[in-house]
Amino acid sequence: MAEHEIDEHSGVATTGHEWDGIKELNNPLPRWWVWTFYACVAFSVVWWVLMPTWPGISGYTKGVLGYTQRATVAKEMAALNESRSASMQQLDNVNTIADVENNPELLQYTMAAGASLFGDNCATCHGSGGQGGPGYPNLNDDDWIWGGTFADIKQTITYGIRSGHPEARFNTMQAYGRDGVLSEDQIGDLVEYVLALSGEQADPAAVERAAVTFEQVCAACHGADGKGNHLLGSPNLTDAIWLYGGERATIYATLKNGRAGVMPTWAGRLTSDQITALAVYVHSLGGGE
Amino acid sequence: MSEATVKSRTEAQMSGGDVEKHDVAPVNSAAKRQLYKARVQIYPKLVHGFYRHLKWIVLAITLGVYYLLPWIRWPRGVGEPSQAVLVDFPGRRFYFFFIEIWPDELYYVTGLLIIAALGLFLATSLFGRVWCGYTCPQTVWTDLYIAVERLVEGDRNKRLKLAKDPWTASKISKKVTKHALWLIIAAATGGAWVFYFHDAPTIFPQIFLGEAPLSAYLFIGILTLTTYTFAGSMREQICTYMCPWPRIQAALVDAETLQVTYKTDRGEPRGPHKKGESWDGRGDCIDCNACVAACPMGIDIRDGAQLECINCALCIDACDDIMKKVGRPSRLIGYDTDKNIARRAAGEKPKVQLFRSRTVLYAVVLALVTGLMTWSLLTRATMEVNVIRDRTPPFVVLSDGSIRNGYTIKIVNKATEARDLILEVSGAPDLTVSAIGEAFEGAKATITAAPDGVRSLRIFVTTAPNRSLHATFPLTVTLRDPVTGETADSPTTFLTERR
Ligand code: HEC
Ligand code: HEC
Repeated sequence: MAEHEIDEHSGVATTGHEWDGIKELNNPLPRWWVWTFYACVAFSVVWWVLMPTWPGISGYTKGVLGYTQRATVAKEMAALNESRSASMQQLDNVNTIADVENNPELLQYTMAAGASLFGDNCATCHGSGGQGGPGYPNLNDDDWIWGGTFADIKQTITYGIRSGHPEARFNTMQAYGRDGVLSEDQIGDLVEYVLALSGEQADPAAVERAAVTFEQVCAACHGADGKGNHLLGSPNLTDAIWLYGGERATIYATLKNGRAGVMPTWAGRLTSDQITALAVYVHSLGGGE
Repeated sequence: MSEATVKSRTEAQMSGGDVEKHDVAPVNSAAKRQLYKARVQIYPKLVHGFYRHLKWIVLAITLGVYYLLPWIRWPRGVGEPSQAVLVDFPGRRFYFFFIEIWPDELYYVTGLLIIAALGLFLATSLFGRVWCGYTCPQTVWTDLYIAVERLVEGDRNKRLKLAKDPWTASKISKKVTKHALWLIIAAATGGAWVFYFHDAPTIFPQIFLGEAPLSAYLFIGILTLTTYTFAGSMREQICTYMCPWPRIQAALVDAETLQVTYKTDRGEPRGPHKKGESWDGRGDCIDCNACVAACPMGIDIRDGAQLECINCALCIDACDDIMKKVGRPSRLIGYDTDKNIARRAAGEKPKVQLFRSRTVLYAVVLALVTGLMTWSLLTRATMEVNVIRDRTPPFVVLSDGSIRNGYTIKIVNKATEARDLILEVSGAPDLTVSAIGEAFEGAKATITAAPDGVRSLRIFVTTAPNRSLHATFPLTVTLRDPVTGETADSPTTFLTERR
């Protein structure tokens, strides 16, 4: 190896590297740096022994502490459920909405739990704020199809609507046009009649013609005044709040083909505590009776 | 390499008269400044006198405040911390006696920093680096550490000798004692710091039982380490190399600033003086180096104002002592201005010019900012209301044709007692409001707000039953304290089918 020149100022040998006349001195590494390096090496050896480290062909070295991230998460989840269970258990004893509303702490917990459960399970159909959409009722308003008391709501959520569950809420309006029960003309007149019920613009002659048909065919479920019936799940036709829509074509389609919307049952999928929390949440959205 | 190895052992070289010349070199003076030079240890000599006294008093007060402040109790009511000064991170509050600052009021802290900066500007332009010389923690703790060092190892000469001595049992025991005492002080410093962030009487035993939070131990560790190294070994290097303040201060002092000054007009020409010799034709400085030996920064004040000088005034005491011995007037080194040196040289009377455009400016701005801060602190709102509109759905049509909007209202009560506040919603004549658990009369209700907290309330605002009555209109939520008359409001909108 060639002799390196000695720097005249410091008396230290140069490495022989030079950039634009600036030469690098061959000083030893700073001591603190070297010791930090050794400490890191020692630390990593200890780490290999204690913690999962080296990948192998079928698995990896597990380390004597037996640490896994999965176990840590499981433990944290268990602790979380543990911390929640006290409030959740309180929901077992809730029978009326007042039980929750008179207990501000429980109400706060229930609303938070209900909101998150709603987002996970219901928002797909009912919208993130329960605002609904064509075919999916708005849960914020006071226009209930199957009833808006705490008990009604809880029952609807538990068993669903036309869900196939034996306890499910069930009622079907016929496909009057498709099944040939009513003629096209009768249906056309009934569309005008339904619009008039909600105070919308309608052809008065058609409304008059349809009055009898409504009385005979429709009043059984929707009532003579068209205000509907919670027990039968027949919507109120007089409040201009529509499940499927208030346009002529939509109402015509409803009468011609029937609808029979389905809301799934949640019994078995959610615990009764969770369903209670959801019922409180839906009730509190503003329309609860 | 310590300066002791360079110099001979003859510390007691006579410079004339009764005064011995100190064998000491101003190791950090400009003349000796050199890049890449290893640090030379400084062994400051103890002095006695007015400024040393003053500094002991300042040291006692500043350390006293630092260690005792967190222990002062200040009852604030149930559920509130009863510590006068507390930074409560989990509760997100800052308490200072009667003041309680919320996170959204952090500008008070900014204001406090501005006041501190302006105060420092003013003090510096009047009296030079008084902050550095007397009250800076670096100075206070270094002073304390040097006092401990002196107690264990003796004054300058003994320490110099000890440094050269071989490692005997006595030397080892002295060093161990000194470092142990230093570490105790350092740990106490870090320990006291934590008291500002937790209830002091609660965390004090917890620290020893190993029950305090990890962050507490972390901060005790960090502050122990910094105190021990900054005050124990790094000392003057912190001021000279790490602190930005010396650089800024050069811009704040001027020729009329009172600074620790060697009065060249009186001292020069300097030289040794034998007892009985005449003082005619020479200066009062007998070049005894007492000022250099006393200097904790390792400089010679006679070189004039310099970056390293923290204006600790210990050289004043050192020199006064000598002047008394040789029978000359004191304050050859003293608080003086560059202008006065020039004035005396020109045969004029020296004077102190405290009112100068810059000091007046600093004082006025300081008074303004302090006044503004105090005013805003005294008149700050004790309550607040914020409104968040429901977004999904933006509005709901009810079966009777009325339109309903939902809002989440945040009611902030900064008072330390619960308050009954009147909440009112206005924007249209026919509104009714409802909320779970609250009894509204029309659009008005009395809401109880818990002390020192934020309450969230979901309200429904409903119009009269006619959905075509209203187009979207502005809505105001008002909060009023019927006792104090204080009000707070927040604007929002009421959305309907028509924009
Ligand atoms: C697969 C879509 C779907 C999902 C998911 C769903 N729903 Fe429904 N829900 C419906 C439909 C459709 C109706 C209306 C049925 C009808 O025509 O009567 C309904 C009706 C309701 C009703 C009765 C409304 C009234 O006016 O009486 C309630 C209450 C309800 N849902 C709550 C929920 C809750 C709570 C969840 C979440 C656990 C949920 N729904 C999940 C589709 C769904
Ligand atoms: C057997 C009971 C029953 C009878 C009879 C009945 N309906 Fe219905 N109707 C319902 C039910 C249940 C619904 C809910 C829609 C669904 O099936 O999801 C409904 C829904 C409707 C809707 C849609 C409402 C909306 O908001 O979109 C209209 C319109 C309607 N019925 C009109 C009529 C008319 C007109 C007649 C008479 C020809 C009639 N119904 C007879 C049970 C009945």
